[in-house]
Amino acid sequence: MIVNRKPLTIWERLYLPAIVGGFKVTARHLFRSLFGGKAVTMEYPEQKWAVPPDYRGAPYLVRDQDGNTKCVSCQLCEFICPPKAIKIIPPGPTGPLADRPNAEKMPLEFEINMLRCIFCGYCQEVCPEEAIFLLKDYSLTGLSRNEMIYNKEKLLALGGVHGGIQKWKHTLEEAKAQEDFPVNV
Amino acid sequence: MNWNFIIFSLIKIVIVIGVVQGMVAYAVLAERKVSAWIQDRVGPNRAAPPFAQYIPVVGPFLTRVGFFQPIADGLKFILKEDFTPAGVRKAYFWLAPAIAIIPAMLVVAVIPFGSQLGQQQMVISDLNVGILYTFGIVSLGVYGIVLAGYAANSKYPFLGGIRSSAQMISYEIAMGMSVIPVLLVAGNLNLSRIIGWQAQHGWLVLYAPVSFFIFLTASFAETNRLPFDFPEAEQELVGGYHTEYSSMKFALFFLGEYSNMIASAAMMVTLFFGGWTLPFWGLDQPAATLGAGLAHILIFLVKMLLFMLLFIWVRWMWPRFRYDQLMNLGWQRFVPLALANILVTAVVLWVRS
Repeated sequence: MIVNRKPLTIWERLYLPAIVGGFKVTARHLFRSLFGGKAVTMEYPEQKWAVPPDYRGAPYLVRDQDGNTKCVSCQLCEFICPPKAIKIIPPGPTGPLADRPNAEKMPLEFEINMLRCIFCGYCQEVCPEEAIFLLKDYSLTGLSRNEMIYNKEKLLALGGVHGGIQKWKHTLEEAKAQEDFPVNV
Repeated sequence: MNWNFIIFSLIKIVIVIGVVQGMVAYAVLAERKVSAWIQDRVGPNRAAPPFAQYIPVVGPFLTRVGFFQPIADGLKFILKEDFTPAGVRKAYFWLAPAIAIIPAMLVVAVIPFGSQLGQQQMVISDLNVGILYTFGIVSLGVYGIVLAGYAANSKYPFLGGIRSSAQMISYEIAMGMSVIPVLLVAGNLNLSRIIGWQAQHGWLVLYAPVSFFIFLTASFAETNRLPFDFPEAEQELVGGYHTEYSSMKFALFFLGEYSNMIASAAMMVTLFFGGWTLPFWGLDQPAATLGAGLAHILIFLVKMLLFMLLFIWVRWMWPRFRYDQLMNLGWQRFVPLALANILVTAVVLWVRS
């Protein structure tokens, strides 16, 4: 199709409407930003943005409502982590037992290297215990590479409480309830 | 051996170069801040040395304005790695930034930036052929860019260098010819006497407005500023002729571009807007007192800063010319316009005499 272009007037060929229009627009923006306070810059770190829900921040280990840790060292998150940022040392047959009732085991050591983590959220998706969650931290800093490898204490401390279904407590209660269940023998 | 003259000239040279380089550094800051405000953002407002918060009244304000940012930039340029790529022609590679910045600094030697302080004329060298010297030196500025583009041994700088050399040569012709009516009207090539003529008869922009318009546009083209931005067209040529340069050499190109802007602004102020004079308050006579001498220097600086602001503002306002439109404008519009301007001025002067 042929676009109908009107021939330029003499003023337009001298670029005068473009010149004047340019001055008007930029002057308007200049005075608005300079004196009207309408610059759109967000002055980080004095002004911070609101983290939306479901934001994939840094992954941390969480406790449940009773203060028990949830991780049972199944190592699924370690196997699924794409950059292999998670390193878990399982307790083994002779290692320490879990620090809460009715849990089979807990990790001897749990490290996440925050410099390798890509914040994809796969570990949160795959965890069967809902023990690891990507929370809202986005600016992690450290003065050395070793400082950025977070171990279990730090992860638990940063994770806080994230209550949910306490499935092992409920299975324990169901198992105890079954002991008094009348059976026709 | 006129020791007096030599010593005072050396002092003037050192002071002028120091002031010009300082203005160049703060012109970079001004560009960043003004361009930021035009684009609805704030420019650099964080860089501060550790003692900035202890400056009594204006410390935080200076940081918000970005006053210490050029110092940070200077430190960056000094401390960055100065990398020479393989396959460049080393002699030209090292020479090109120097050739780019030296003409810009030489031009300010003839510009009168004040009338006099005490017994000293406020111009480094009061040449009787000031304008001719200026145009000769400005023509040398092309070589820096051409050498930079050629030496870098890579596509984009080469294209940038070639385009730039063609553009600068074509607009130099228009610029030179546009100044001739100014000389016809003022009758002298000496820049101080042109200012004296303007003090008596009014600013030359009123006598030769077409001349001013051509000179303004040609100086945008000479300093490679938008809308004639082709040599460093960032969207097309990566960095243009200064792509392969880093640290100090890039800093020299950068400073050379802003020094060229300052020199062009100073030339325009001197030739068309009366230099250091103002038409009222008795400020159009050479200074009798020290205060009047300083006032003249201040007037010159303020006028020059207004032109620098215009340079910066225009860069963020208009789109870039296409290359064939640019050459068309330079050869087919400005050269005949400048020639016609000379003819009309000459005829009017002949009829009047």
